[in-house]
Amino acid sequence: MRIIVCIKQVPDTEELGKVKINPATNTLKREGVSSIINPFDENAIEEALRLREKKSGEVTALSMGPPQAEEALRKTLAMGVDRAILLSDKAFAGADTLATSYVLAVAIKKIGEFDLILSGKQAIDGDTAQVGPGIAEWLNIPQLTYIRKLEVNDNKVRAERVLEDSFEVVETSLPCLVTVTKDINEPRYPSLRGLLKAKKEEIPIWGCHNLSVERKRVGADGSPTQVIKIFTPQPPGKGEIFSGEIFEVADRLIREIKKRKIV
Amino acid sequence: MDFTLNDDQKMILELVDEVSEKEFAPRADEVSAKGEFPAENIKKLAELDLFGITIPEEYGGLGMDYLTWTLVSERISRACTTTGLIFGTNLLCTYPLLQFGNEEQKKKYLPPLAKGETLGAFALTEPEAGSDAGNVQTTAIKEKDSYVLDGTKIFITNGEVAGTYIIIANMDRARGPRGLTAFIVEKGNPGFTFGQHFDKMGLSALPNVELIFDNCRIPSENLLHKEKRGFRVAMRTFAAGRIGVGIGALGVAEAAFEKAKEYSKERVQFGRSISSFQAIQHILADMATGIETAKYLLYRGAWLLDQNKPFEKISSMGKLYASEVAMKVATKAVQVFGGYGYTKDYPVERYMREAKLFEIIEGTSEIQRGVIANFILKE
Repeated sequence: MRIIVCIKQVPDTEELGKVKINPATNTLKREGVSSIINPFDENAIEEALRLREKKSGEVTALSMGPPQAEEALRKTLAMGVDRAILLSDKAFAGADTLATSYVLAVAIKKIGEFDLILSGKQAIDGDTAQVGPGIAEWLNIPQLTYIRKLEVNDNKVRAERVLEDSFEVVETSLPCLVTVTKDINEPRYPSLRGLLKAKKEEIPIWGCHNLSVERKRVGADGSPTQVIKIFTPQPPGKGEIFSGEIFEVADRLIREIKKRKIV
Repeated sequence: MDFTLNDDQKMILELVDEVSEKEFAPRADEVSAKGEFPAENIKKLAELDLFGITIPEEYGGLGMDYLTWTLVSERISRACTTTGLIFGTNLLCTYPLLQFGNEEQKKKYLPPLAKGETLGAFALTEPEAGSDAGNVQTTAIKEKDSYVLDGTKIFITNGEVAGTYIIIANMDRARGPRGLTAFIVEKGNPGFTFGQHFDKMGLSALPNVELIFDNCRIPSENLLHKEKRGFRVAMRTFAAGRIGVGIGALGVAEAAFEKAKEYSKERVQFGRSISSFQAIQHILADMATGIETAKYLLYRGAWLLDQNKPFEKISSMGKLYASEVAMKVATKAVQVFGGYGYTKDYPVERYMREAKLFEIIEGTSEIQRGVIANFILKE
């Protein structure tokens, strides 16, 4: 199987408090914040590696981002992917989900034949969950999103898709794109051998000069989304706390419930 | 001596720290309380290739140095003493194989040990022989193309879970240490079985088992090094192993110190955190100083080993010092916690029980002082 995994480098969740917004550009200020692979994308890598272990083949990791996103791709190599490609160009900056999925789709066409594209259900920074589906649309292939269990047999894909409070079983044929939830697997740690090998590997960088992209579709120019304002939503009012003797508090609670016609 | 970490070491330790903090530390209390072999942890160590650190690449390892191994072992031990000791004990099998094994033996036994598919163990101790290593009663008799082993070993760490054993037996009991001979014995060899599992004060999940050899016939190619040269094999192995045991003790000391420090900042008495009292501050200062001193003795031992320089005296000093520091630090950590420290609700009572082992295994503190005195009086 030829599998392509699309990943994103995001700020470390444990340091989210440190992330600040640049008020002039409405973008993230990443200085001084360490980066990780988007956790759901690690699940996608793990799923790709497990499929390769079962069915043999090749796994390629792909990421669009600034030059330092190379670090995230190097970790995928340490985890065991066969090759990694970074899509990086100054012209890609300011891309929204449409322009990002466009560049990723063009790069996937350049890679050539593939059976399956995997990615996380969404990135923990933007939380849009649009890039995966966007890639599928650009490539005109079926997409299965929010997948928590995946089976591939011959040309068929059968998967459990997570809904609000249940799941559905869906099927499609290869090639297709699948986005995964964290329940699908437990991502492996890289091994020492993997780390040492990954350190020496070349990660090619593809940009406008070696991707057949239309310039008007990449970066800020190719992004219809405009961020007008970024703000922290107000918390929805403070709760009321009753204190005192237990029976008294229970009585007040019941009165309050009746008064507000909650039951 | 320069202990500045290189990029590879930093990268490896970052990974080991992540795994130790996320996987080993949260389960350490449970491992100890249940007393079951932490198979999941060992599987993780194998998946990460950690068992292969010091084994050359041609035998399936990573060909890295003992200092790196020591730094890794320190982190694992800090998170889970049991897992650290199982990891460390493996060295008592891989080290003598590398030092004394012939090419066929290395090719056969090292790759599965490097990958962590097999664990290793080393057995000298018997009911009548421990500190008095020459008094080994287990016999080995040469018969044509094989040796026949008879006798009993006790307290063998990694016993039963290990697949490859280095066994010290006596080919000439009248000559004591000069009769000792080392052999490689595989689990499952006819005549080789396991007896009692020892019920210990602490570290109940660490396998310490009786090995029984009853007319156990092994092929003659399983002789390690030379006949009647086993004492040298044992002493070299112990000298290297002492760095590993010392680092295990250091791990316990570091863990106990961290817990005591954290607690002293949170615990309020007389309206202030107890860390603001000089009595507690002096305890913490002594703990930290002991840990720092032990650390560099052990790193130096590993560094000397890597440089192919005599390391035996320093490794004994490191083991002696680190194990006594661990016992002091763990005891004082219980003191800092006061009444809570004596309960099983906090891990410091466990550290205290675990620390005691390090003053005994791999040569008691008394034996270490004897070894060190022998070295310094000859200098």
